[in-house]
Amino acid sequence: MTSGSKASRVTRALLPALGALGVLLLGGCSRQDFPQSTLHPTADYSGWIQNLNLQLSFWVVVIFVLVQGMLIVAVVRFRARPGAPEPKQVHGNTTLEIAWTIAPAIILALVAVPTVLTIWKTQTRPPGDLLKVKVVGHQWWWEFQYPDLGITTASEMHVPVGKTVWVDIETADVIHSFWFPSVAGKRDAVPGHTNHIWFTADSLGTFPGQCAEFCGLSHANMRMKLMVVTPGEFDRWVLDQKHAPLEPDSTTLAGEGKRIYSTAACIGCHTIDGVSAGIIGPNLNHIGSRTTLAGGLFANTPEEMAKWIADAPGRKPGAIMFPLASLGITREQIPAIVAYLQSLK
Amino acid sequence: MATTTVDAIHAPAEAPAGLWGWISTVDHKRIGALYGVTAFIFFLIGGLEALVIRIQLMRPENHFVSPDVYNQMFTMHGTTMIFLAVMPLAASFFNFLIPLMIGARDVAFPRLNAFSYWVFLFGAVFLNLSFFFGGAPNTGWFGYSNLTSTQYAPGHGVDFWAAGLQILGIASLAAAFNFIVTILNLRAPGMKMMRMPPFVWMTLVTAFLIILAFPVITVALVFLLFDRFFGTNFYVPASGGDPLLWQHLFWLFGHPEVYILILPAMGIISEVLPTFSRKPLFGYAVVVYSGIFIGFMGWGVWSHHMFATGLGPLADSFFALTTMLIAIPTGVKIFNWLATIWGGRIDLKTAMLFALGFIAMFTMGGLSGFMHASPPADLQQTDTYFVVAHIHYVLFGGAMMGIFAGIYYWFPKITGRLLSERLGQWHFWLTMLAMNVTFFPMHFVGLLGMPRRVYTYAEHMGFDTMNLVSTIGAFAIAVSLLVFMWNFLSSLRSGKVAGNDPWGGSSLEWAIPSPPPPYNFGSVPVVHSRDPLWHKESREAALAANQVRGHIHMPPNSFWPAVSALGMTMLMAGMVFGWFIGIPGLVLMLAGIYSWAFEPCA
Repeated sequence: MTSGSKASRVTRALLPALGALGVLLLGGCSRQDFPQSTLHPTADYSGWIQNLNLQLSFWVVVIFVLVQGMLIVAVVRFRARPGAPEPKQVHGNTTLEIAWTIAPAIILALVAVPTVLTIWKTQTRPPGDLLKVKVVGHQWWWEFQYPDLGITTASEMHVPVGKTVWVDIETADVIHSFWFPSVAGKRDAVPGHTNHIWFTADSLGTFPGQCAEFCGLSHANMRMKLMVVTPGEFDRWVLDQKHAPLEPDSTTLAGEGKRIYSTAACIGCHTIDGVSAGIIGPNLNHIGSRTTLAGGLFANTPEEMAKWIADAPGRKPGAIMFPLASLGITREQIPAIVAYLQSLK
Repeated sequence: MATTTVDAIHAPAEAPAGLWGWISTVDHKRIGALYGVTAFIFFLIGGLEALVIRIQLMRPENHFVSPDVYNQMFTMHGTTMIFLAVMPLAASFFNFLIPLMIGARDVAFPRLNAFSYWVFLFGAVFLNLSFFFGGAPNTGWFGYSNLTSTQYAPGHGVDFWAAGLQILGIASLAAAFNFIVTILNLRAPGMKMMRMPPFVWMTLVTAFLIILAFPVITVALVFLLFDRFFGTNFYVPASGGDPLLWQHLFWLFGHPEVYILILPAMGIISEVLPTFSRKPLFGYAVVVYSGIFIGFMGWGVWSHHMFATGLGPLADSFFALTTMLIAIPTGVKIFNWLATIWGGRIDLKTAMLFALGFIAMFTMGGLSGFMHASPPADLQQTDTYFVVAHIHYVLFGGAMMGIFAGIYYWFPKITGRLLSERLGQWHFWLTMLAMNVTFFPMHFVGLLGMPRRVYTYAEHMGFDTMNLVSTIGAFAIAVSLLVFMWNFLSSLRSGKVAGNDPWGGSSLEWAIPSPPPPYNFGSVPVVHSRDPLWHKESREAALAANQVRGHIHMPPNSFWPAVSALGMTMLMAGMVFGWFIGIPGLVLMLAGIYSWAFEPCA
C-alpha cells in the first residue's frame, strides 16, 4: 500500500463529511423534510442560537481542516522510506507551544463573548406585554395552561405570530424537558422548580416538539405541537376555548355518551367543566378541537379515539389510563363516548 | 541477554498452575491479563446491547424490542461500556505496564491489587444478574432522580444498578490508591517524576481523579439507596428534597469520570506516537502539565451537563467559560502529538494507525464538545443524537482507539508474540470506516431534531435514512471486532515471536524479555534519562537490569483477596436478594480480611 492511497482514503472519508456539514448549514434540507429541525429557526430565540451555532461551526470547520490537514500532511510527508535517516531528536519548542496555547485561547474568547451575551439576552425577562403560558410535563403528555386567559389544554400549544410568549415550565411527576426546536432551546421541567423561557415566533405554521429528557417507559411518545397562528385566529381560538363545554342534546348519541362518561371511571382523572373535575389526565373541555390524541401520538379522528379508549395502555406503553375493563364501560358504549368527546369543539 | 541463566539460578518458586493459580495470583501481569480479558468480554456484551438498540432504531415505528427492554439496553450499554469495559481495559494496562515502566517488581500492594480485580469481576456479574432477576436497570446510565425513586422505578433494576456501582467503586478506589502508592514509591533509582513515561503520568492523574471522584458518586448512591430502602427524602421533591442534588453530585463525579476514561488513552498514544516516529514526545513537560491541568479543570465544569436545568445566566456563563478553558490544554496536547510525528520517520504499524486514528477521531469529538460548551447552542444539542455522536467520537474514536493502539503495541510484550499486521490493518481501516458510518450521521439526525433515549420515532420526521445508515455502521463495527478477535486468537497461538523489543521502544518494559519473567527485572534498573533505551549509556544501564544480583523477593499467592471480594459483593447483593445472602457475605468478608491480614507473606 502506498502512502498516496492511504492519504487519499482519509481524504475520501473526510471531504464528503465536511461538504455535508457545509450543505446542511446552508440549509440544504428543508423544514418539510425535517419538521423538528434545530437548523431552521422560526423565532427570535432559536434565531440567536442559530447565529451562535454558525459562528461555532465556522471555527469547528477551520480547526477541523487545520488539524486533520496537518495530520494527513505529516503522515504522507514523514512516512518512513527505506534508507531515510534517523529523524532529528527534537524535544520541544517553547515559542511554538506558547503559540498553540494562545491561538485556541483567542478563538475561545471570540466565541465566549457572543455566548455570554446570548445567555443574558435570552435569560433576561423581556419588557412589555407578554402572553403567559404555563407548561406542565406529565408522564407522558404535556399540559398547557394560559393563566391570564383561563384556558387549560393538552399536547397543542397555540401562540400568535409576533407576540412574545413567556413560558413557565413545571412538572407533575419526574423531570421532563420542554423542547420546540423551531422556536427555542430546551428547558427542563424539574420537580419543585419553575423554569422559564421566552420567544417570539416569526412564522406561521405547525411545528412539532417533544420531551427531550428521558422520563420513563413512553418517553419517546411524549410529543406535542406548536401552532403559530395569526393574532385574529388566536383570538378566535381563545374565545372557543373559554366557552363552556358544549352541552349535547340528550337524545343524540353524544348525549348518550355524556351520560356514560359521567358515570364511568373517566371522571376520576379528566376535567370537563360541569361534568367532572379530575386532574390526572388531560383536560377534555375542548378535546374535539384538538388535532391529536394521547400526547400527540395519534390523529384525533373518531376511529383513533375509539381505539385509544378501547386499549390505552396497549397503544401507548405505560399509559396510566385504564384499560377498557377497568373504565366501567363496555365496548358497545365506546361510539357514544367518542361522539360526545368529538362534539366538544 | 542473560535471561536463560537467570531462570536457572534465582527464579522463585513457580506460581501454582491452572485455574487455582489464576484465582490466587497476586502477579500484576496476570491480574492485568484477567482485567483485560474480563473487560473485553463485557465490551462485547455492551456491544451486543448496542446492536439491539441499533436494530430497534433502524426504521421508524419498529417493534424489535419492547420499550422497557430498549430502556434496559441503553442503560446497560452505557453503564457497561463505562464501568465494565473502558475503565477496566485501562486498568488492565495500568496493571500490566506500570511496574514494568517504572522498573518495579510488582505494585505496592499485590494482594490489594488482586482484591480490586475480584471486586470488579463480582460487581460486574452482580450488575448483569439483574437481567435474570426482574429486569435490568432502565433509568439510564446517569440514573436521574426522581425517576429512580421507588414510586417511578418500583422494580429491583435500580437497586442492582446502585448497589452494583457501589461495588465497582470499591474496586476502582482500591486500585487507584494502589497505583498512586506504586508510582510515587516504587520508581527505579534515577526515575524522577519528570522522567516517568507519559503513560505513567496519565495513570497517576487518572488515579487521583478516581480517588476524588468516586467518593462523590458513593455519597450520591448512598442517598439513593437510603431513599429507596429506608424512606429518606434526599431526592424526594414532595418532602423538600431536590432531584437536582442528584444531578450535581452525579456530574461532579461524572465529568472527572470522562477524563478517567480518556486520560489513559492519551497516555497510551503518547507512548505509541514517539516510538513509531523515532522521535521523543514533543514538549513532554507541556503534555504532562496539560494532563494535570485537565485533571484539575475537570472539577470545574460539571454543570455544563445541566445547562437545560435552568441554573440561571450567571452559572451558565461561568460553566461555559470553564468548559471552554478546558479545551485549551486538550488542544495543546493534540498539537504536541502532531509536532511529535512531524519530522519523524513514521512507521505505519497497526498500533501507530490506531494512535493516529485517535488524534483524528478524538479531535472530532472535541470539536462537537466545543460546540455544546456554548450553553445556548447546547440547549438545542443536549439530549439529542448530536451528543450521542459526540460521546462516541470521544469514547469510541478516542478511548477505544487508544486502547486498541495499546493492545497492538504491548501485545508482544504481554504474550511474546506479535499480532498479525495484515489483519491489524484490516481491523484498523474497518474500524475507522465503520465508526464514521455509525456515528457521523448522528450529528445530523440530532441537529435535525431526534432526541436521545427514544425507543422509536415517527416516520414523517425524516430520521429514517440516517438511522438505517448508523445501524449498518454498527454491524460493520461488529465485523471489525470479529477481525480483531480472530487476529488476537490466532496470533496468540501462532503469531511471530516478538523478542524483547519489536518496535524499538524507549521505555523500560522493552529492556526485558517478552513475556517478562514473574519478577520482571533480575535486579533493580537504574534510570539515567527520560527515554532510557534510546540513549547509549542509559540503555546499557537498563539492559543490565536483566541480570539477577542477589535474592528475588516475590509476594506469595493468596486466595484471601478473592474470598474477601466475594464476601463483600454478597454483602451488597444482600440489599437486593435478602439477608440470607448478605449475612453469609458479611461473615465471608470478615473472615477473608482477617485471614488476609494475618497471612504470612514470606
